[in-house]
Order: sequence, then C-alpha cells, then structure tokens
Amino acid sequence: MRSRWGWLRPGHLGSEVDRATFRTMHTASLAGPPLRSGLTEASATKAIRHLRDLLGAPAVALTDTAHLLAWEGRHQHHTDQAARLATPVVADGATSVGDKSQVPCDDPRCPVRHVIVSPLTVEDRVVGTFQVYSPTLSAGLVRATNEVARWVSAQLELAELDASRTRLMEAEVRALRAQISPHFIYNSLTAIASFVRTDPERARELLLDFADFTRYSFRRHGEFTTLAEELRSIERYLVLEKARFGDRLQVTLRVAPEVLPAVVPFLCLQPLVENAVRHGLEDKDGPGRITIVGEDHDTECVVSIEDDGVGEDPERVRRALAGDDSMDSVGLGNVDERLRSTFGDDYGLVVETAPGAGTKVIVRIPKFTPGVRP
Amino acid sequence: MTPSFGIAAVALVSLATLAIGAYGWRFSRTTSDFFVASRTVRPALNASAISGEYLSAASFLGIAGLVLTFGAEMLWYPVGWTAGYLMLLVLVAAPLRRSGAYTLPDFAEGRLESRTVRRFSSVLVVAIGWLYLMPQFQGAGLALTTVAGTDHWVGGAIVAGVVLVNVMLGGMRSITLVQAFQYWLKLTALLVPVIFLLAVWTGDGAATTATGAGGPTSDVWASPLSSTNDHPVYTTYSIIIATFLGTMGLPHVVVRFYTNPDGRTARRTTLVVLGLLGVFYVFPPVYGALGRLYAPDLIGSNRADTVVLELPARMIGGLGGDLLSALITAGAFAAFLATSSGLTIAVAGVLSQDVISRRFRGVRSFQAAAVVAVAVPLLLAVVADGVGVARAVGLAFAVAASTFCPLLVLGIWWRRLTDVGALAGLAVGGGLAGVAVLDTLLQQSRSGWVAALLAHPAAWTVPAAFATMIGVSLLTQRRLPVTLSQTMVRLHTPEAVELDRGPYPL
Repeated sequence: MRSRWGWLRPGHLGSEVDRATFRTMHTASLAGPPLRSGLTEASATKAIRHLRDLLGAPAVALTDTAHLLAWEGRHQHHTDQAARLATPVVADGATSVGDKSQVPCDDPRCPVRHVIVSPLTVEDRVVGTFQVYSPTLSAGLVRATNEVARWVSAQLELAELDASRTRLMEAEVRALRAQISPHFIYNSLTAIASFVRTDPERARELLLDFADFTRYSFRRHGEFTTLAEELRSIERYLVLEKARFGDRLQVTLRVAPEVLPAVVPFLCLQPLVENAVRHGLEDKDGPGRITIVGEDHDTECVVSIEDDGVGEDPERVRRALAGDDSMDSVGLGNVDERLRSTFGDDYGLVVETAPGAGTKVIVRIPKFTPGVRP
Repeated sequence: MTPSFGIAAVALVSLATLAIGAYGWRFSRTTSDFFVASRTVRPALNASAISGEYLSAASFLGIAGLVLTFGAEMLWYPVGWTAGYLMLLVLVAAPLRRSGAYTLPDFAEGRLESRTVRRFSSVLVVAIGWLYLMPQFQGAGLALTTVAGTDHWVGGAIVAGVVLVNVMLGGMRSITLVQAFQYWLKLTALLVPVIFLLAVWTGDGAATTATGAGGPTSDVWASPLSSTNDHPVYTTYSIIIATFLGTMGLPHVVVRFYTNPDGRTARRTTLVVLGLLGVFYVFPPVYGALGRLYAPDLIGSNRADTVVLELPARMIGGLGGDLLSALITAGAFAAFLATSSGLTIAVAGVLSQDVISRRFRGVRSFQAAAVVAVAVPLLLAVVADGVGVARAVGLAFAVAASTFCPLLVLGIWWRRLTDVGALAGLAVGGGLAGVAVLDTLLQQSRSGWVAALLAHPAAWTVPAAFATMIGVSLLTQRRLPVTLSQTMVRLHTPEAVELDRGPYPL
C-alpha cells in the first residue's frame, strides 16, 4: 500500500524550498506561451497575471515604448502614469526606481508608494518596460523585477526568432515560385515548337497549358491553395513533360474527389512531382512511371507521389529533409518544413526509398487547421 | 413470413457492405491518365450521398410506425426532417462551406478562435452521435426480430459488428459513390413493394375507414391536433422546432458538405437533397396508412415500428410477399448500416482527435475511438428498449437544435457572438435538453405539462440556448476575436469575388 499511495505522503514532491521553486517555474511556464507571439496588448494581457503572481506585488504593468499594454492588480488610478514612467527607461535602457513623487495619488490608503521600472530588450533594443508598483522597496524586489524583465525579454527574443523564421520561409516560397527551371521552359518551348507544323492543334493546347502553368506558379498572393488547384497545375506540368518525353513518361493519377477541397501550402506538391519526374527518368533506360494517388482518410487526406526510377540512398534523403543544401533535392527540405510549420510536426513528409527500388513520397494533410485558408 | 428469406436478405446486405468496405477504395478513386484531379463531386451525386447517409432507421421504419399509431399529426416528422435542409440551405450551407470547416468543432474553433469551445462542441457531437446511433441499433434489432424471430439485441449487434469491422479495416469511409447508391437502394426498397401493396388495396375496394382496433378512432387518427396526447399544439410546435433546426447540427451531415468545391455548389447540393428527401418521404406514411387497414393489431402489441416489414406478408403473402419483405428488410439494413457507418466515423473522428489522441496515436487511436463510439450506443439500445425509434431520433434532433443550431446561426449571422457566450449557450441548451433526454430514456412515468415538456424539449430549450448565447455574448464584448471581420468576410463572400481576404498566416 505504501508504495502505491506514497505520492500522498507530504514531502513526496521535495522540501518546501523545492516546491516553491516548482511553483515559480510553473507560473513562469504559464506566462511564456502568450509572450512567444510578441509584445502586443493581447499577449501582454494574457501573460501579466502570471508575472504578478511571480512577484506578489500589488500591481504590475507592461508597456511598449510609448503606451500601456496591460495592467494587473487594483489601484487602477495609477494606470495613466505607466506610459510617462516608461519614457526615461526606454531612452537610457537602465532600470529606474521611483518613490511616491513618481506615483502621486490622492488616496491616503493607497499602498502604492514605490515603483520599479525595468526595460524589456530584444537584440539590444528596448521594446518596452515592465513596471512593479509596491508599498515597500528592497534590493531583493529590484533584483527580482530585473530578473523577471530579463526572462520576459528572452521570451520576446524567441518570438522574434519565430517571426524571422516565418519571414525566411516566405522568402523561400517566393524563391520557389521564381525557380521554374530555365531548362524546363526551354525544353517545353522546344517540344511545343516541334508540334507547330505537324500538329498545330496540339501545339496550341500545349501553349495554353504552358501559359496557365506559369501563371499559377508565378502568382503573387496567398500562401495557401486548394489541393484541386495544386493538382491541376501538376497535371499541366505533366502534360508539358509528356510532350517532351513522349512514351518514355507514363503517368497515373488516382485522386478521390473528396480530398480536392483540402487546403495546402502553395506549391507543396509541385517540387515533389518534379523530383519524381527527374528521378524516374534520369539514369534509366526505357519508360518511367509516375503514380500520384490521393486518398480520403476521414479527417485527413493522404497524397502519395511514386516513381519507379533508380531510387535514392535513405541517408541522403534524411540529409535533404534536414535541410542540407548540398543535396540536389532542393524542394524536399523546404516542402517538409512548410508542411510542418502549417499543420504541426506530425505532418512532415514520409519518404520510402532504396537504391534501385524507386521512390515514394507520402504527404498527409488534415482537412481543417485553424487559420489555414485558401 | 419464412425466416430464411429475411435472414438471406440481412446476410446479403451485410456481406455486400463488408465487401465494399474491403474493396471500397476502388470506388473511391477515378483511375485515368490525365485530368481527373479537377473533377470535383457534382451537386447531384453529393446530394444522393447526403440523402443516403441521412435516411436512417427512423425514416425507414419509425415514421410508418408513428403514423400508424398516432395518425396524421406525426406527418410533421418527415416534413421537419426534410425542411431541416431548407433551414440549412437558407442559413448555413454556403457560409459553412466557405469557413473550410470539416466538422462542427472545426467551425466553432475557426469562428470563435477558442480551444475550449472546440472541446465542448466535441463532447456534444459525441453525445448527439450516440443518441442517433442508439435507435439505429434498436431498429436493426426490431427488424431482425420481425423477419427471423431473434432476440431484440441480435440485429443491433450485427449492425454494430459490421460497422466496426469495416471501420477497423479502414473501409466504408464516407465514400460518396457508395453512399449515393444507398439512397437509390433505400428508395427502391420502399417504392417497389408499395406499388404492389397499393394494387392489392385498390383490388380490395380502396377502403378509407380504419377499423381502429387498439388505436385512436378514425376521425381522430386522420386529423391533426386532435390526438390522444395531452398537449397536441405544444407537442407539434416542439417537433417542428426540433426537426427544422436540428438537421444543421448533425455531425454526419455537416461532414459531407466539405466535399462541395465551394459555397454555391453547397447550396445547390442542399436544394437537390430537399427534392430527394421529399420524394422518399412520400412512401413511409403510405405504409402507415395501409397499416391502419391491414395490421391495426400491431399498435396494441407495441410493435408499430415493424409495420413496414409486416405489410407485404399480410397483404400479399406467399412467395411474392416473402420476396417483397426480403427487399424491404434489405433496404432497412442498408439504412441502418449507412447511417451507423457515417455516424460512427464522425463520432470516432472527434473522439480520436480531441479525446483519445493523447493515449494512442494515429490509426490505433481511431480504432480505439471506433470501439467506444459503437459500444456505448449499443448498450444504450439494450437498456432503453421501450423508446420508439423515431422518437429517439427526435431526441437527438432536439439536442442538436438546442446546441449547434444557435452556434451556427449566431456564429454565421451575428458579429457579436463571443467564445464565452457560445460556451454558455451550449452548456444551457445541451444541459436542459440532456436532462429531458435522460428523463425520457429512463422512462419515468409522468403526466400533464411536465411530461409534454420533457418528452419534446426543443420548444423551450432552443429559445433558452439562443437567449443565453446572446445575453452572455453582449456581456463579454471585450472577448471578440481579433480577426472577426476577416472571418465574416470569408464566410459571406462568394469565392469567385476577387477581394483582399486579409493577410495569410504561413
């Protein structure tokens, strides 16, 4: 019995000091997530309650460089002083301590007699202040305030990191858009030219396909599209490649109509199909077959892109997925990264391959993710 | 009738369903070399699929039983079950599709940006799903008892087993083509026998007066608002509110709207559904009315729900009657299986996504969820044996109308709905309707107004839910989501219109 119910015994979770530490860390962990979205009125409002819990002060405030973002605690009559107190700290970046003359009020019972204002810095730039209003002043409280402000700063730096990662990925998508290979354009136009005399009707259709394909790939707006749009563009691409390769390239598409409305990151399948065509036909005699299958799995769609080409060493694929730029599968790492950042880490690419055994890339797409819309 | 025909019909339908489940993926894709990807599901096909999944045991057996027992005022059930799609068409269909939501919890999360509302909606989806699955299993038990003389629980267990095996094998997903076929099978199974039955009825001199053994007298039976119920006017309005507003809150119906490519086709699909359901619902009341003439004793013996199955044997008899009975049995089992599969998948999807996924992962989690999704209503079906099939489905509609109807209607048409308001409304609507449902399932004997209010709760729970949602939202206006205007623009602007729909998060 003792071992089963041991967790009920006092002291199981450590000494009083240990538990105080745990409590502090837990409170800090609650304040962390909102701050990870940057310093805004919404995030400050969510985080500030926990920050006050950390210090146990009557009132605390978060400001940006000029305005109050959030106030926690009573004594609301001091709120309009927060912005004024922030200004000098933002200017010289050092913590300032003020007495009643800095926080004057008419209420004789008001316990707010001192204020500590600590700067919040992201990459050596002051982005706001953290203010603690308290009845007493001690070196310990000043130090604690500074530490909390530094911790908040660290969270904000992480937010900045997230934001720059997003910007980087946007830039990569723009690069992908512009990355329709010059070879592809040249080869397509040559193939079309060869039909102009022999089969003008087909040449005309191919030119229209080419126009539509480039228009989709160069489109400027929207990070997301529907699976239907993405697949339509892939079909045009394959028609153009087929015009060039003729019977050497065989294509099978099996797509359940139920998956077509799913929302996916723009150009998330296109690079995979290009890879498949390249791997399926390069270094290989005879025809190559590309199979694209879309299946409906209730809350998810599963799309697989398979070629029967020379295959690949799994270790090299792993490096490509990890973002190693020396690999020739440029798109793979980027697509994987964007799928993960859109749908969560459960939704990365799955690649099944071995030398001589072809390659199969599987993409899972949830039918609904909040905030992801075409 | 000879049991062997009925058993053969049940076995055939079950095996066919399992086979489609095992090889179903062949139906689910179009194989071709090029240009298949842009072929979306046409509204007519999708409408057949929605109707096929929607027409359940309650429609197939329950309505005829109710009409037989209580008479003309029960026609409000089929009218309401059809008109529910009118409300869906006018108020919800297109904006819901444009929201991109796959399930009702998805919509709640997308519109209100709150995980809490999502979780609460998930609980309600599961509750409604179970309440709707229960009568399917009851109906199956009833059908099998009638055609083969088995115990009550056997039919339900067979349907539950077939559905479970299919879900486990990964088959019988909501394949549009298969579900669309189900509609036409069900329609045929009711239409063909009714032609023969009407021929017999005409041959007998087309009698119009009922003999009335064990039921209300013919005058009362044929005219509305005069039945033996205590508060016919209240009951009728409550049924109307529950059925008109409940359809939009059914988990397996909403899921199908995702297949439509855009809001416009979502509306067209709903319009076709209205037509298809209208045609289907002509027939069950005919069975009920013929039952008054040829099988009035079923009312007394509390087997009114079996009237559709009994009529061919009684009116025609012989081999012909047996074959027609077998056809109806097959149709009925197709109805149980189609609706149960759709509901099981919807419930299991929600369970695995929002409840079980922490313990199991991936396919395992879905399979574990499917077992729970089937086991609970099967148990309920055995416990609450005496509640009529159509009435039990009516309760599911009442809960859906008291919870998701306000959420959808206010969420789409009222800017000021907040997450706290929605949560309070769902809690009040779901709580009140839940109490009424429990009271009915436990079969407390009550009388007077209390009995009427608890048996048909929608007329007071739906306004209560709306009022709570509006009131609490007005008190919590500070909590409006930041991206509200964007969301509203998305919901209400046709996809073809070029406009800035706001920044896109990556």
